[in-house]
Amino acid sequence: MSTAVTERSLGAQMLRNRNLLIGGALTVVFAAAALISFLWVPYPVDGVDIANKIKPPSAAHPFGTDHFGRDILSMIMVGARTSIAVAIVAVGIGMLFGVPLGLWAAARKGTLLDEVIMRGNDLVFAFPSLLIAIMITAIFGPSAVNAIIAIGIFNIPVFARLTRSGALALWQRDFILAARVAGKGSARISFEHILPNVANLLIVQGTIQFSLGILAEAGLSYVGLGAQPPIPSWGRMLAESQTMISFAPHMALFPGLAILLTVLGLNLMGDGLRDMFDPKLRRGR
Amino acid sequence: MLRYTLSRLLSLGISLAVASVVIFLAIEVLPGDPAAYMLGLNAQPDTLAALRDELGLNGSLWERYADWVGGMLRGDFGTSYTYRSSVSEMIGERLWVSLPLALYALTLSTVIAFPAGIWAAARRGKAADVTVMGVTQLGVAIPNFWFAMLMVLVFAINLRWFSAGGFPGWDKGFWLSLKALTLPAIALALPQASILARVMRSALLDTLSEDFIRTARAKGLTKGQALRRHALRNALIPVLTIIGMQFSFLLAGGIIIENVFFLPGLGRMIFQAISARDLIVVESVVMLLVFAVVLVNFMVELAYALVDPRLRARA
Repeated sequence: MSTAVTERSLGAQMLRNRNLLIGGALTVVFAAAALISFLWVPYPVDGVDIANKIKPPSAAHPFGTDHFGRDILSMIMVGARTSIAVAIVAVGIGMLFGVPLGLWAAARKGTLLDEVIMRGNDLVFAFPSLLIAIMITAIFGPSAVNAIIAIGIFNIPVFARLTRSGALALWQRDFILAARVAGKGSARISFEHILPNVANLLIVQGTIQFSLGILAEAGLSYVGLGAQPPIPSWGRMLAESQTMISFAPHMALFPGLAILLTVLGLNLMGDGLRDMFDPKLRRGR
Repeated sequence: MLRYTLSRLLSLGISLAVASVVIFLAIEVLPGDPAAYMLGLNAQPDTLAALRDELGLNGSLWERYADWVGGMLRGDFGTSYTYRSSVSEMIGERLWVSLPLALYALTLSTVIAFPAGIWAAARRGKAADVTVMGVTQLGVAIPNFWFAMLMVLVFAINLRWFSAGGFPGWDKGFWLSLKALTLPAIALALPQASILARVMRSALLDTLSEDFIRTARAKGLTKGQALRRHALRNALIPVLTIIGMQFSFLLAGGIIIENVFFLPGLGRMIFQAISARDLIVVESVVMLLVFAVVLVNFMVELAYALVDPRLRARA
């Protein structure tokens, strides 16, 4: 699993890896838009400018304005923060709980504990995540935090399964045997030797879950269960644009493109990283 | 096979029991009184008492759970507070929109994905493969409700081929109703078809590198013949898994798409219930959908066991 490549060949590999380049570039653009929005946006997003409402794209407003006269480019930049924050925390929750559970299950393979952890995972996995997200927001009220929790819970089994299957293969290896002979306990082996060797798998999966998180947040916000006003969010921009789509298609076009390109970028980056970490896979597929 | 079926049945029962407890407790942990929550701040004390009584809130936790589950087992999902009508009847009506929609989308997804995946695998590395992989990469990344909005803009508003939303009802004509479900089904199917086509392609490529394919080629079959007669059948197992999993995505995804097209299905019912704080409806519909999903997964597992005897032995 470890990538035995030198610094130079790694750089060369990344340049040749088209998925990684395109995906990485798209991701950087959106991350930069979110970061820059903290310091500067073309127009304030909380002001109402009725004189300028529903203007098609122009030099002053490259993506046009919405029904309150707000600049859509600025809204998309600020909205990127919401999407990225929700997805990052949701992936974080999944990793924080899922990875230790997976390591634990693998270290106790075949025991009741392993069985309970894996069946619990199957159970969560079997439920449509959107449904449970809807349930959570229905009860505790719609908010970005509840959306994060709902999306995060469903990341747990994803990471637990992946970590367990990666760890199981490693437990058979000689260097683990050596660590055991040296007197290390299974918890220490899991964190010192297993975890660093499944990190590649986790990074690739993390990228993919990140993109799924952005899609999920957009969906929840679109139906009004995600981030609430005045926090700008791509999903809600789409919801607000829907009734005006016949005469102001630009209001629907740009937020949707933002979601599409961000998710596409993350997916391409995930594919590219997988190819880089595991060239065998690329030849196989 | 019997032992395998029984063990899957047991796990089905456990899943449903756990799900019902979680859904029930989720409503229970709601801070304060569900009746007060449903009625809002300005509730009269006697209305509140009446609703508490109607909801059975005066019994113990266990009694209420037993009532709820017992009722559902008899087909009684309670009474909607806002509509004052039986939840079972409401579900019955809405199901005639949501279920056909999910099946329509599943059919579209399969019909598109199979040829696309086979085509890409057969022409690996060629223009066809690159095209299928590129289009499906986009299909996976596109938010389906946005794609739905764009289709409304093009096909309903500009070209006027379809109506922008709503549902006439099956009694107003089968084709008319099917037409109303067409744009929603395409929107739902697009991401699923993309995933399925990619799975189909990679499953085929995996089996194409097996020894028995080389044997088949050695005995004189062309590449196409080997693919059709030997590889396709063996690639079906991962493809079946994904189709089974997609059903749950289609049910849940339908919730959002129904809202784009104003279709009177279960999804819209859930959202109307949420905004009306009609928790009885939310609780019952979520449980029903979870039941449907778990049941489909169960049937898919049985289907594998029929296809692949090795799985039976493992149980």
